[in-house]
Amino acid sequence: MTSPDPTSQADLHPEVDALAAAGQGSGIFDEHHPPADELISDCVHCGFCLPTCPTYALWGEEMDSPRGRIHLMKMGKEGAVELDDTYAQHFDACLGCMACVTACPSGVQYDKLIEAVRPQLERNHRRSLPDRLFRGMIFILFPYPSRLRVAAVLGELYRRLGVRSLVHRTGAIRLLPARLQAVEALMPPAQLRHLATRTPAVTPAVGTTRRRVGFLTGCVQRVFFADVNQATVRVLTAEGCEVVAPASQRCCGALSEHAGREPEALQRARELIDAFADAEVDTIVSNVAGCGSSLKEYGRLLRDDPEYAERAAAFSAKVRDVSELLAELEPVAPRHPIEARVAYHDACHLGHAQGVRSQPREVLRSIPGLQVTDIPEAEICCGSAGIYNLVNPEPAEELGRRKVEHVLSVQPDALATANPGCLLQIRRYWPGELPMFHPVELLDASIRGVDPVAAAGSRGRPALDARTSEPGTF
Amino acid sequence: MTTYTEEYRALVAQTGGGQVTEAFRREVAAAVGPGGLISEPAQLRTYECDGLTGYRVVPALVVLPVTTEEVAAVVRACARHRVPFVARGAGTGLSGGALPVADGIVIGLARMRAIRSVDVADQRAVVLPGVTNAEISAAVAQHDLYFAPDPSSQVVCTIGGNVAENSGGAHCLKYGFTTNHVLALTFVSPDGEVVTLGGDAPDQVGPDLRAVVLGSEGTLGIVTEVTVRLLRRPEAVRTLVADFPDPGSAGDAVSDIIAAGIIPAAVEMLDELAIEACEKAVQAGYTLGCPAALVVELDGVGAEVDEEFQRVQEICRANASTNIRIADDAGERARIWKGRKAAFAAMGRISPDYFVQDGVIPRTKLGSTLTRIREMSDAAGLRVANVFHAGDGNLHPLVLYNGAVAGEAERAEHLATAIVELCVEQGGSITGEHGVGSDKACSMTAMFGPEDLTVMARVRAAFDPQGICNPGKVLPTPRLCGERPGPYRPHPLEAAGLIERM
Ligand SMILES: Cc1cc2nc3c(=O)[nH]c(=O)nc-3n(C[C@H](O)[C@H](O)[C@H](O)COP(=O)(O)OP(=O)(O)OC[C@H]3O[C@@H](n4cnc5c(N)ncnc54)[C@H](O)[C@@H]3O)c2cc1C
Ligand code: SF4
Ligand code: SF4
Repeated sequence: MTSPDPTSQADLHPEVDALAAAGQGSGIFDEHHPPADELISDCVHCGFCLPTCPTYALWGEEMDSPRGRIHLMKMGKEGAVELDDTYAQHFDACLGCMACVTACPSGVQYDKLIEAVRPQLERNHRRSLPDRLFRGMIFILFPYPSRLRVAAVLGELYRRLGVRSLVHRTGAIRLLPARLQAVEALMPPAQLRHLATRTPAVTPAVGTTRRRVGFLTGCVQRVFFADVNQATVRVLTAEGCEVVAPASQRCCGALSEHAGREPEALQRARELIDAFADAEVDTIVSNVAGCGSSLKEYGRLLRDDPEYAERAAAFSAKVRDVSELLAELEPVAPRHPIEARVAYHDACHLGHAQGVRSQPREVLRSIPGLQVTDIPEAEICCGSAGIYNLVNPEPAEELGRRKVEHVLSVQPDALATANPGCLLQIRRYWPGELPMFHPVELLDASIRGVDPVAAAGSRGRPALDARTSEPGTF
Repeated sequence: MTTYTEEYRALVAQTGGGQVTEAFRREVAAAVGPGGLISEPAQLRTYECDGLTGYRVVPALVVLPVTTEEVAAVVRACARHRVPFVARGAGTGLSGGALPVADGIVIGLARMRAIRSVDVADQRAVVLPGVTNAEISAAVAQHDLYFAPDPSSQVVCTIGGNVAENSGGAHCLKYGFTTNHVLALTFVSPDGEVVTLGGDAPDQVGPDLRAVVLGSEGTLGIVTEVTVRLLRRPEAVRTLVADFPDPGSAGDAVSDIIAAGIIPAAVEMLDELAIEACEKAVQAGYTLGCPAALVVELDGVGAEVDEEFQRVQEICRANASTNIRIADDAGERARIWKGRKAAFAAMGRISPDYFVQDGVIPRTKLGSTLTRIREMSDAAGLRVANVFHAGDGNLHPLVLYNGAVAGEAERAEHLATAIVELCVEQGGSITGEHGVGSDKACSMTAMFGPEDLTVMARVRAAFDPQGICNPGKVLPTPRLCGERPGPYRPHPLEAAGLIERM
């Protein structure tokens, strides 16, 4: 036999990029925290993340998969591609759901990678004018509770004065661009009495004080889901926590951060750290998955700020989702039964981003009579994803409908999830009336001895336009 | 003696040669409709490699058809224009099988992922090629059925890829490879004709063309529908992890188990480095620092499984096992398997890059082969982790390297190749389940003589006379396999006296 040559087929020698090898150069990115080579090279291209990526599930395209996006980052670093609309589009299409982080056996920190890329795109890529205007509008409105309240009142008037049904009946709604239609449809029915509700600065514990905890009231949460905040405060105090909610707190910056608006996100982070500076608490509780995951990132976010770096890290270390805290505390308040089958939906920013999956289920299981059911394909995002369903309404709708199909398949009496975005999204595509709750609301009801699931059921169903109904109290 | 016959040279010299022209592009676009054609350079680059990242070629176009008819239309356009095409499933292949061809197109099957039908009574299902291996089992779990082949990549790899690679997994020892679980294929031949190979009945009249396509690595045509055989879940399953003081004793334990007439559902071995990576990835409870761990799983009828499970434990202890961990429930068993199945991908935790090798050796040579691999790895100054299907002697040495260090990738590639050739030297084979692809085409000559290769080339030419279907894979291209002008250069490991040429 002749000798086999160990050289492989085709002139395909493994390529090593000279710049990357030298550990310098940022290709199409600027020098301010481009995605790090060490993080990119953790990816071994195995593809294990593909099946959990919502955009890959929808389109089956490599460049809209985590592996493809990381490959695009690598090429960006090497300067092998252009930073153009095509390039940016694949990062804009990413929901930031972090399902790929959970799925990856190689420990790729895609969360850090995408959070490095988004600000780069914001700085170095000029979007189209309508895109800029639309994004601008969102960020003028959302993070400001006061402005949101005004918008909510207008939205409510729009609904109550019959303009909404007129617009829908006449088909005028279709004249709106898809993104504005999405805003219109997702607008939660604000209960006007809630708009005036404020969480008190300090609420004492019921009975013996076991902990003193800070409470993040959130911007959207405060305006549209004041009930959840009230329930959270009642549950925490019933479990022996003194709850401190500084009145000066504003938006935590999560939406800005996830959209790559770095300076804005940093400023909000600093302000929130200041707001809690005098609270003297060793735990800071969030009841919104998206906010909580952002608060836990403050340390990294402000790493370059000499004045705040240390404080930010200390702040992040104190943050807990409300279910984490409740699971930590031995229950003291007696629970009353709620006989219901409740489907629990893992919000991506709680499950994937914070790794909090068992605690909310434990909280729910502490309610006698309540049966917690998982939803098939639980790891795939519902399409809400911060402002995603506003800026990318079409894929968001497909994902929303897909999630609803899976929730329907387990025939629950109610749905529980710890993120208002998911709730609005699922409700938008729900074919009838499904009571929906934050887990803490159910716990609050159980402690108070009421059964909100039965109460919602007795209201009669189905209300075909689910959006105009008031599912549960959430 | 020559390596290739003249006939072989002539046959493999056929490689399409057509160009991706504007006219061709229009035809393809019309065949798949909008959204099914990818042509932006940055997007094309995300298709430049599969799970083997060392080799990259950017395709001229990528098409994503959704029906058999669309696939056939695209292939017909390729045939008319003599444009080479490469099928791609999930791109998890480890031998560069889905590596694109320059001036050729990639036909991605990722959008064909419906489960057509499930026939519970007859235990079979009809699925499209982009359905993942794990989805098949998930879809039929409610009927207590499952699809037996279980490659470690099963959550992501597609049935089309499994068919093309004739993939196996941990449970192949008892249940066989993909070929044993596929009844029929809908197949688009390289001239764009749609045919059915095999049938619903297990035995077919005439030559078994289905079997020819299984394991052909996408070089004979494109599979667009697969009828799979489903098995009933076994009544009882028992799993243990036994730690051993050295790989030799673990190897002896495997031989003793088989010699005792026990056919385990699976026997897997992990060495110290592999355990370290797995534990970092999924904390599956393997003992850190243990030189060799065996995962043994038995399944079947309850009483029989219980009795054999006892005997397996005795055999492990007789071979100096230092610790035996028994999975108490399904959750624990799932954890053990999750660790094992994450092993390759988990290498990223301990090394920036790696080559996975895939060779087969006779089971009795396990200990000595591992010692040789260790020596070669020391000489090359590169770490090698070992994970493998010990029951059938299918080794998966993982050569760890850092692509950012100049020359290291090449050294790793040489070491990986030398390890496979060591397997052949030990009386084994160059691939157990990952296929030949681009990676090992040149090593084919270590295993097959000129006549063998000529017959293979004839079979291929019978399906694909124009040489447009995944050209350059599997069969070695003489010009690219060492038949280069210039002086002979000894392999670094050869120079170190660790390997020798046959
Ligand atoms: C971490 C990891 C672990 C692995 N473990 C195993 C293992 O345990 N056992 C094992 O056998 N393999 C394993 N593999 C290898 C790989 O997953 C298998 O070879 C798998 O079958 C490839 O499927 P795919 O869909 O990714 O195919 P691809 O990689 O996309 O393609 C593989 C080959 O099949 C061809 N092909 C794909 N689809 C079709 C089609 N529809 N018609 C015709 N040809 C087609 C391609 O042209 C190519 O030649 C592993 C890979 C990784 C990354
Ligand atoms: S699972 Fe992790 S290592 Fe594998 S391709 Fe995805 S990101 Fe890369
Ligand atoms: S964050 Fe979600 S959408 Fe983005 S790449 Fe990961 S899995 Fe896909």
